[in-house]
Amino acid sequence: MHEHDTRNHHHGHPHPGTRPDADDTLTHYQVMEIAVRELLIEKGVLSADAVRREVEKMDARSPAQGARVVARSWIDPVFKSKLLALGNDALVDLGLERGPYKLVVVENMADVHNVVVCTLCSCYPRWLLGLPPDWYKSRNYRSRTVREPRAVLREFGLDLPDDITVRVHDSTADMRYLVLPARPTGTEGWSEDQLSSIVTRDCMIGVAVPKANR
Amino acid sequence: MNATSSIAPVAPRFRLGDRVKVRWADVPGHIRTPWYIRGQTGVIERLCGAYANPEELAYARSGLPAQPLYRVRFTQAQVWPDYGGSPADTIDVEIYQHWLESA
Amino acid sequence: MRSHHDMGGLPAGRIEPTEHDYALWEKRVDALMVLLSAAGRMTVDELRKNIESIGPDAYDSLTYYERWIHSISQTLIQRGVITIDELGRKMAQVEVRHKKGRE
Repeated sequence: MHEHDTRNHHHGHPHPGTRPDADDTLTHYQVMEIAVRELLIEKGVLSADAVRREVEKMDARSPAQGARVVARSWIDPVFKSKLLALGNDALVDLGLERGPYKLVVVENMADVHNVVVCTLCSCYPRWLLGLPPDWYKSRNYRSRTVREPRAVLREFGLDLPDDITVRVHDSTADMRYLVLPARPTGTEGWSEDQLSSIVTRDCMIGVAVPKANR
Repeated sequence: MNATSSIAPVAPRFRLGDRVKVRWADVPGHIRTPWYIRGQTGVIERLCGAYANPEELAYARSGLPAQPLYRVRFTQAQVWPDYGGSPADTIDVEIYQHWLESA
Repeated sequence: MRSHHDMGGLPAGRIEPTEHDYALWEKRVDALMVLLSAAGRMTVDELRKNIESIGPDAYDSLTYYERWIHSISQTLIQRGVITIDELGRKMAQVEVRHKKGRE
């Protein structure tokens, strides 16, 4: 497992890297995965092709999709209203997957900052952002974000004054959440592509805000 | 995604803005009402829809009739005795109707 | 009693902003889950329930997708899609095949 400081590492681009499986030893659970998959294929429950296609679909998903949704909201108020009111229907307008769960979009304002966590497991809008980062699924994030969100945000480099209200969303059931960050100043006249390039995954989880750093 | 069926969902009992209390219960099984919010009082932020009960789905049962699911908003300073942030800070949690009572 | 996975509000340490490129086997575990639930062979609720009941030591020491594949196996056994006997024998075959492949 490689670790790196992600605080200054922007994920506005696709990150489809796959670590190759270890060549020499298989762990107990790698063996289990192979065995389960082969049994299911033998029994006709699924096909090798279906597994491969699903992995490809997974690889094609990235935070860039969510970034497009945010950028479009910043320039198109009609789209933004639809997104906030209807969630999934608006995604379809952008040619994105509607998704298997109802999307709740929570909007940051000048005096409101939103942050999302799943304390019970790791619920995340995967069809929009790709797979979640390890830290989102970690004990420390899941335990502390509901109780001391401001301290957690400070660890991510976001220090919010008390006149900004912090709203935490615990994704406990059938909803999935996307934070709609506020458009930063200094982006006037930018194209949609330029705007989406500054919307990182962390901004859409709520542990960061976009910066006009061009 | 929860299946549709000919069994009608349970009717919603609460509306936007209603004060509700999360029932206290300490029971085994698969439960999506987090421990930290049980017994707390909040306000209905929205009705999310009706969904099959995950407590039942977890055991390969149908989970029907579908239960209304709400987002309930709580004041952080009330949930945590030592909360260090702003008194306006909130936490929104999705809670199934059968865990909620009028407050 | 609070379940081991139900950790909201508990004291915990600094969040290490770790990420890793998912290994192919991990993506395949994820794909299995997506396909099995799309085929109506298991639900995400069963996945969660079986992860939650894995025991605190295993919950903490297994990695995320190790917990998933353990849970998927358990669910398939519970549902009667595979038997313990089949799984054990197939796992042994896989190990032998892999050893031979390296000779």
